[in-house]
Order: sequence, then structure tokens, then C-alpha cells
Amino acid sequence: MSTNNAYYIPHKATWPVMATAGLLTTLAGFANYLNGSSIGSPLMMLGFAIFIVMVAGWFTLQATESESGMYNHGVGVSYRMGMMWFIFSEVMFFAVFFGTLWYTRNLSVPWLGGEGAKVATKLLWSNYTATWPTNGPGNVGGHFEPMGAFGLPFVNTLLLLSSGVTCTWAHHGLLAKKRDQLIKGLIATVGLGFLFVLCQAFEYHEAYTEMGLTLGSGIYGSTFFMLTGFHGFHVCVGAIILSVVLFRSAKGHFTPENHFAFEAAAWYWHFVDVVWLGLFVFVYLM
Amino acid sequence: MSAVTAEHDHDDHHHDDHSHGPEKGWLRWVVTTNHKDIGTLYLLFALAMFFVGGTMAMIIRAELFEPGMQFVDPQFFNSMTTMHALVMVFGAVMPAFVGLANWMVPMMIGAPDMALPRMNNMSFWLLVAGVLLLASTLFMEGGAPAGGWTLYPPLVLQTGKALPFAIFSVHLLGVSSIMGAINIVATILNMRAPSMSLMKMPMFVWTWLITGFLLIAIMPVFAGAVTMLLTDKFFHTSFFDAAGGGDPVLYQHIFWFFGHPEVYVMILPTFGVASTIIPVFARKPLFGYSSMVYATAAIAFLSFIVWAHHMFTVGMPISGELYFMYATMLIAIPTGVKVFNWTATMWKGAMTFETPMLFSIAFVVLFTLGGFTGLMMSIAPADFQYHDSYFIVAHFHYTLVPASIFMLMAAGYYWMPKWTGHMYNEKIGQLHFWLSTISVNILFFPQHFLGLAGMPRRIPDYAIQFSDWNMISSIGGFIFGASQLLFLYIVVDTIKGGTGEKVTDEVWEDAHKHGLEWTLPSPVPYHTFSTPPTVIPCDHD
Repeated sequence: MSTNNAYYIPHKATWPVMATAGLLTTLAGFANYLNGSSIGSPLMMLGFAIFIVMVAGWFTLQATESESGMYNHGVGVSYRMGMMWFIFSEVMFFAVFFGTLWYTRNLSVPWLGGEGAKVATKLLWSNYTATWPTNGPGNVGGHFEPMGAFGLPFVNTLLLLSSGVTCTWAHHGLLAKKRDQLIKGLIATVGLGFLFVLCQAFEYHEAYTEMGLTLGSGIYGSTFFMLTGFHGFHVCVGAIILSVVLFRSAKGHFTPENHFAFEAAAWYWHFVDVVWLGLFVFVYLM
Repeated sequence: MSAVTAEHDHDDHHHDDHSHGPEKGWLRWVVTTNHKDIGTLYLLFALAMFFVGGTMAMIIRAELFEPGMQFVDPQFFNSMTTMHALVMVFGAVMPAFVGLANWMVPMMIGAPDMALPRMNNMSFWLLVAGVLLLASTLFMEGGAPAGGWTLYPPLVLQTGKALPFAIFSVHLLGVSSIMGAINIVATILNMRAPSMSLMKMPMFVWTWLITGFLLIAIMPVFAGAVTMLLTDKFFHTSFFDAAGGGDPVLYQHIFWFFGHPEVYVMILPTFGVASTIIPVFARKPLFGYSSMVYATAAIAFLSFIVWAHHMFTVGMPISGELYFMYATMLIAIPTGVKVFNWTATMWKGAMTFETPMLFSIAFVVLFTLGGFTGLMMSIAPADFQYHDSYFIVAHFHYTLVPASIFMLMAAGYYWMPKWTGHMYNEKIGQLHFWLSTISVNILFFPQHFLGLAGMPRRIPDYAIQFSDWNMISSIGGFIFGASQLLFLYIVVDTIKGGTGEKVTDEVWEDAHKHGLEWTLPSPVPYHTFSTPPTVIPCDHD
């Protein structure tokens, strides 16, 4: 059995402990910040800095090992399985917030409006009529306008869908050994991704300054910003991952047979894409 | 070529890294990527947390020894019930099973290590970080979380400075569990020896494959739920506030969508250990292997569609009550399949009663008892009486202590000779077993009576008519707690040399017929199965 047939098992690892230290410091800092303690912010920034250094170091190590041929087919399969199951966990995370939206729109808001003969709600809020969007019988957060579907959100749908196409185009370039197509495709994908984030920033700005729509606008504001916010965060992360893949492609990394990082980034990107379609239908359209 | 010879000549070829021994010094434990090292870390950490959580339980039982307020104030008492649960679930039982998976899964399937060794290290240290955050809340203004481990709003939102720490602790523990689960699932699906098909895998591996899937599916759900608690408290959202159009009951639905599969996360590997140990000491193959696999999968599936049986009294539509009642009752079927299979495995077997087997038999009997009370509570109209009473406390402690904890002890006795190369002291082991089994029943059985008579759970004081059974329960609790020190003694003693008796590779008579781990030397070398074994023992037809 030749050397590169063996499953690569690192002898030791220092990055994981650093990752843990970074995450622990960040979260302890954030918790202190939320409690109004002055050491919160500096602690959070320190933790985040540790985390960034760790991510850079760990991924550089992985890329170097991968390029030097230390990973056999089995290692590649493990990585792919890891990424698949990670995306599945992300699906479940988003499912919570989609489920919340479904539950409030179809069950709890109608109950507040008196459906199902709920005696307590009749006593508490006899004048409330269940509608959607709503900020509840308490008019929490004051008057707001809901976000329409066919402004920036529709533009964003087109942006993300085209970025999915350019990403696949780049993959075809990689498989056909057309380095130029790979790089151009990735540049387009990353560009469209960041453009999406920019549009969303405008959308949020408009919501806060002109429409009275905030995270505090009752259940509509809560679900709207939680869903689109977590999605936007994932777009940012996905675009950063794709930028790294772009940088590595420009350095000549990846072969048609061996390009796990590209695949993982592309899977993640398509996942983010699909979540957006769900958002567009259930948050904006319906 | 047999597994053993494959092992013995593993140094001659292969990648350099494979022939390394452990790092020198204490840093070995910080930077290790070895599945055996990480398994040991998980197991020792879980054992430590078992005693931390156990101490909290002793405080609870001391306060409940007599009616009236004795030792602690009610707020602290409530912190103890909350923290006892969180520490035991996330700090002791779950990590202990992950530790067993780390140690045993690669050896059982003939793999050189876990699929993702670096991430394996991170899973463990994130667990420590999460538990540190949780433990820190004990020393904070306003005290540790005291609203119950379920963290129901609006009550939990009244927690003091501890709230964000508890929430972030859940996030870290969640990430740790997901990483651990992904690693185990990838190992099982990708790293099996070539001739080990899925239906040849040991039951312990099967139960962990399914548990891993459960964990990946539910931990993000819990993370989402507590994230909404965080934003409701600090960022003005209204998820669980009816005035803003939200609903506190929504939290309960999300929590139990996580929480119900979570209880199977703690019991499925328990089943796996039982299915591993019973055949060895009954000297028979496991009865009904494939039905065990399908029953495990069926339990996992059902666990996702029964969550609201934890909420029968919350005010659900009658159709909801009925659906969740019938769906819950269905779980008795695959669980019954398992209990009958274990019994049938023992039937006409040439049984011997070493400590692991004693714990396993007690598990089958006492877990069944906990299962029956579960069936009682699945009946919605009856549950209106039992809900939030000591009856439920008795029920789930029967499924966790003489089930999960007992099988973790059994696993310790069963595999410790393989891990350390030393035999534990059988006499003290059996003393530990008898003390534990008798006291656990003195501890929890009277709680059924208390609950049926109407004593509510999570309360530091009670009416005078509950005095007698509470005192008996507390006495059982103290004996049970003290007995566990015997286990601690045995662990330390066995690591240091045990009885001095030289253990063979198979340790237990004919164990090599039941699992690959018994074909390896005792103690197990640092690296095993650098080349996959070609001969696979198969414990079933």
C-alpha cells in the first residue's frame, strides 16, 4: 500500500483550542456587553480577533496540506460528508424561524383575534382584529409599513439567482480546465453576492428611517428581520468563503479531480440561494 | 490476514504520522487528535460533571428531607434543579456517550481514527467552554438560571446577569454536539473496514449513527429557540410576547421539538451498550439484530412527531391532544421490540453475572418500569393529573438513572480492562451495583406516590402529608450518591493497576466473537487498524 493511500490523520492540532478560546472570549464579551459591563466590547473584539487569526491559520493549513497531496479519496469523502451534514444543520436552524413565521401567522395571531373561542384574549384585547402584517394587539413598536416584494427584494432575487448560475459556470470552467472561466465566474459570483448585501443594507436603512419598520415592530418586525438578517449574514459568510476560493483559484489551486473547497463553497452558496427563495415567497410575497 | 496481525505490523509501512506515539507532557491532552485520547477526555470530563450535578442533587434532596425551609433559599433551590438538569444532560450523559463513541466506534468498525480528527479536538474543548460559561452563572448577580432547564419564557427572561451567559453556553454546547455528531456520522458512513456492511455493524455503532442524525437535526433548533429568548430580552423582538403578536407557547413547541428527540439522544446509545453487553454474558448472539436496527430507526422517527405530549396542559386544540397522545403511544411498540429482544437474548443463555451484566439486567427491568410510567402519562386526560408533579420526576429519572447512567457504568466496567489493560475489582464492582440498584429504587420509587398524591415538582417546601416519602426518597438519594464514590475509586484503582491480574486480549470469554475491539491487544495501542481488518466478527446471523 503506497503512502498516499493511507487516510491522513494529523499528529496534533493547535488551531481547534485557539478556535475555542476565540469563541469563548467573544461570547463572554458579548454577554458582558449585554449586561452593560464596560469590559464587554473590548473582550468581544479580542475574542473576534483571535477567531479571525484562527480561521486564517487553520484554513491555510488545510489548503497547504490539500495542495501537497496529503488527502486521499477517503479524506475527501469525509470532508464532503462533513459539509453536507453541516448544511443540514443550517437547514434545521432556518426551519426554526420559518416555523415561527408559520405558527404566528396561522395559529397564534388568529387566536389573538378571537379565533378558537380563547376567553383570555377576548378579555385582554377585545378590539384586536387578526391581520398580517401585525405588530400585535399592543401595537408594539408603533406604526410601520410592511416591506413590499417588488422593489429591492425582487432585484435581490435576480442577483442571487444569477450568482448561482455564475457559480455553476465557474465550476464547469474548473472541470474543463479553463482557469480563466473559473476565475471570471467566481469574480462574478462574489460581486453579485456583495451587491446583494449592499441592496439589503439599503432596504434595512429604508425600513428603519422611512417605514418605521424595526426589529421591535411586533411579530412582523421580529420575524422579518430575524429571517432576512440571518440569511444576510449567511450571504456575507458565503461570499467571504467564495472570495477565498477565488484567491486560491488565482494562485493555481484546485484540479478537476481535487477541489473540495470549491465544492463546499458552491454547495453553501446554493443553500443560501434556496433559503432566499423561501424568504422571498413566505416573507415578502405572501 | 486477521485483524491482529494487521495491527502488529502496522509500523512497517504507511504514513509517518501513524507511527507516532502520544505527545510528551500535559500538552498532549490539549492538542491531541487521537480518538482514544479524546474519548478519555470526554469520559473523565463527564465523570467530573456527574459528581458536580450529583452534588446539586444532594442539595435538593437535603432541602426536601423535611418539610419547611432548612438549608437554602427558594431561589437557590430553583437554581439547583435547573443547573442539576443542564449539567447532567449536557455535561455528563451526552459527553459520556460521545466519549464512548470516540473510543469504541473506530475500533468497532476497523477504522484508524475518527473521520475528522481536528474537529474532534474542537468538539471536546467547546464542550468545556460551554460548561465553563454555564458554571460561571452560579456566581453572578441574580443567581444562576432558576426557571427550569426548559428555559420557558416569560419566567426565564426574569433571570439576572446570568441569562446571556446561559444562552451562549447553550450555543457553544450545541456547536460542540453538532461537530461531535457530524464526526461520528462521517466516521461510520465513510471509515468502515471494507467487509463491514451497514447490517454487520455492532448495535452500538448503529444506535450512534441514528443518534448522530438526531443531534444534527435538533441542536440547531434549540439554538434558534434560545436565540429568540436573547433577542426578546435584549433586542425588543416579540417572539414570545402576546402583546406584540407572538406567543410564549411557541417557545414550548420549539423547545420540545428539540427536547423530545434529545431524550432519545440520551437513551439510544444506552440501548446500544445494552445490546453489546448482554450477548457477551449470555454467550449467545444478539436476538433479532435487524429488528433492533429498525426499532431504533423507528424510535428516532417517532421522536420527531410527539413533542407536544410535554404540553398537554398548555391549552391545545383537542385534535392536537389526541394526535400527540396516540403518536406517543406508538413509541411503546419499537421500545417493546427492544426489551423483548434483550430478554430473548438472555433466554436459555449460559449467563454469568459480572458487574457489566448485572447493570445491564437491572437496566432492562428498571428502564421498562420507566417506560410504563411514560405510557401512563401519554394518556392526555390522565396526564392532566400527573403534569408537573413528582410522578414525572420519578418517570424520567427511571429512564435516565437506572437506564442511561447504569449503562454508562456498565460500559465503564465492560471496556475499562480493554482501555487500561487492568482488571477492575469485581467485588467492589458488585458492591457498587447492589448499593446503586437498591438505593436508586428507594430514591425514585416513592416519588411516584408523591406525584400521584399531588406533590408538585421544582418546589423547596411541601405540605406535611408528603413528609414520609420525601424522607425515604432523600435517604435513598444519599446512599445512591455515596455509592457512586465507589465507582470513582474503581476507575482510579483500575487505571493504577486494578487487581494486578493480567487481562487477555478478549478479556471476557469468547468476546472476540462479538466485536472487533476484542481482537486488539489489551491495553489497546495508541493507533489501531492503520490497515483495515479483513476478518469481521459478526455477532448475529
